[in-house]
Amino acid sequence: MMVFWEGYALPALILIGWILLIVVPLLVGMALLTWYERKVLAAMMLRKGPNVVGPFGLLQPMADGLKLLMKETVIPSGANRAVFLFAPVLTFTLALVAWAVIPLGQSESGIWVLSNINVGVLYLFAISSMGVYGIIMAGWASNSRYAFLGALRSAAQMVSYEVSIGFVMITVLIAAGSLNLSEIVLAQQGGFWNWYWIPLAPMFVVFFISALAETNRHPFDLPEAEAELVAGYFVEYSAFPFALFFLGEYINMIMMSGITAVLFMGGWLPPLDVWWLNWIPGPIWLALKIAFLLFVFIWVRATLPRYRYDQLMRLGWKVFLPLSLVAVVAYAGVLLYAGWLPA
Amino acid sequence: MLRTVRTVLLWEIGVGLWKTLVYFFKPKVTINYPYEKGPLSPRFRGEHVLRRYSNGEERCIACKLCEAICPAQAITIEAEPRDDGSRRTTRYDIDMTKCIYCGFCQEACPVDAIVEGPNFEFAAETREELMYNKEKLLANGDRWETEIAQALAADAPYR
Repeated sequence: MMVFWEGYALPALILIGWILLIVVPLLVGMALLTWYERKVLAAMMLRKGPNVVGPFGLLQPMADGLKLLMKETVIPSGANRAVFLFAPVLTFTLALVAWAVIPLGQSESGIWVLSNINVGVLYLFAISSMGVYGIIMAGWASNSRYAFLGALRSAAQMVSYEVSIGFVMITVLIAAGSLNLSEIVLAQQGGFWNWYWIPLAPMFVVFFISALAETNRHPFDLPEAEAELVAGYFVEYSAFPFALFFLGEYINMIMMSGITAVLFMGGWLPPLDVWWLNWIPGPIWLALKIAFLLFVFIWVRATLPRYRYDQLMRLGWKVFLPLSLVAVVAYAGVLLYAGWLPA
Repeated sequence: MLRTVRTVLLWEIGVGLWKTLVYFFKPKVTINYPYEKGPLSPRFRGEHVLRRYSNGEERCIACKLCEAICPAQAITIEAEPRDDGSRRTTRYDIDMTKCIYCGFCQEACPVDAIVEGPNFEFAAETREELMYNKEKLLANGDRWETEIAQALAADAPYR
């Protein structure tokens, strides 16, 4: 009994505790993100945005969530029930699972991360590629042409931009000399001029734009282009399955911002290496950087019109892919020639 | 050449982003609707009312001009002489779900009896509540008389 308790049950409970510690703030953050998006978007359109439910309308997402929970789950008669209901669950789960490797902070005892694996970047890559399955399954199982077209577009788009994201990540890996996300962050120590966004500035921009495409955000939100596809791959979804897609999409946004923060903006590191900034705990710095990147996500949405499908593909394959490919070679060459390659 | 440099540096996108950022900090134009309301023109065409003279006599003389002119055929009138010999409506119904708020009934009325008042907050939860009858319209008239009299007076010089 003692062996079971100390060997299995207790570690499992501690692990569940850690998971909850990450997931609960994440879900709250996602709820706040919908509010944040509506507020920022409203401000840029000279509107006020939600301000009735709770102080500054902060409880609006709770009200919306409650509304979605109480609605009826409609399953189209032509749909494949099992796949139809599994797709949102898959999307949502994958969006959450990726957070296992994002390092949140650091103390004397070690790095604050759920699983400090050495192939963190590959793990993230695998998970974000799996995300396409949720969308394809949703589009196919709905048995609706809008949903299907939306899913095809979304899949094509995510696959195309993943390629350039991959190459951008490789430049970061070459510069940091590790696939471990915590070590990538630690390689950027010593003030904001050491963060990779300055030495790798073009890659940072390419990565951010690809992240917009990867999360199907404006101006690359073709999969859900209202004017042509009604709502894209989740037209047929209602009530809670819809809420799961919605949650998954927003958590993906937070996750892509998190990855950008880790790869290019020094993760949990404060902008200056001084004691009063170091005193503020790492998760707060990470959250601030994520909040800033999310602001840019929304800012871009308020500014740019939607791309046409061929423009999107051209940008992905004919601009970003060659650019990032050349950049990998160029950065590797410069680092090798100058002898700056990490050991 | 300059064009290429601009494209590569995302110059136009930067300009656009700057513009939205400036707007982000500008004062907002929204009014806080249920607590604040925008100004209404005296010609505003809202919910219908049937008015009375100041002695309490109803204005409508059942000439049925409004019924005739109504392009949506939303008005139904039945009339017969009253005991004192004057001609009055026995039924005056407006189907508010048919009404297109064109204001022709108001223009056609020779005695300013049917008027579209300033009230626009008469949403109902059932369709039946929007089938207005004579009592409802007269009650509206009593309720909105002050505002309607002011609006008619303000608009009179332009008619």
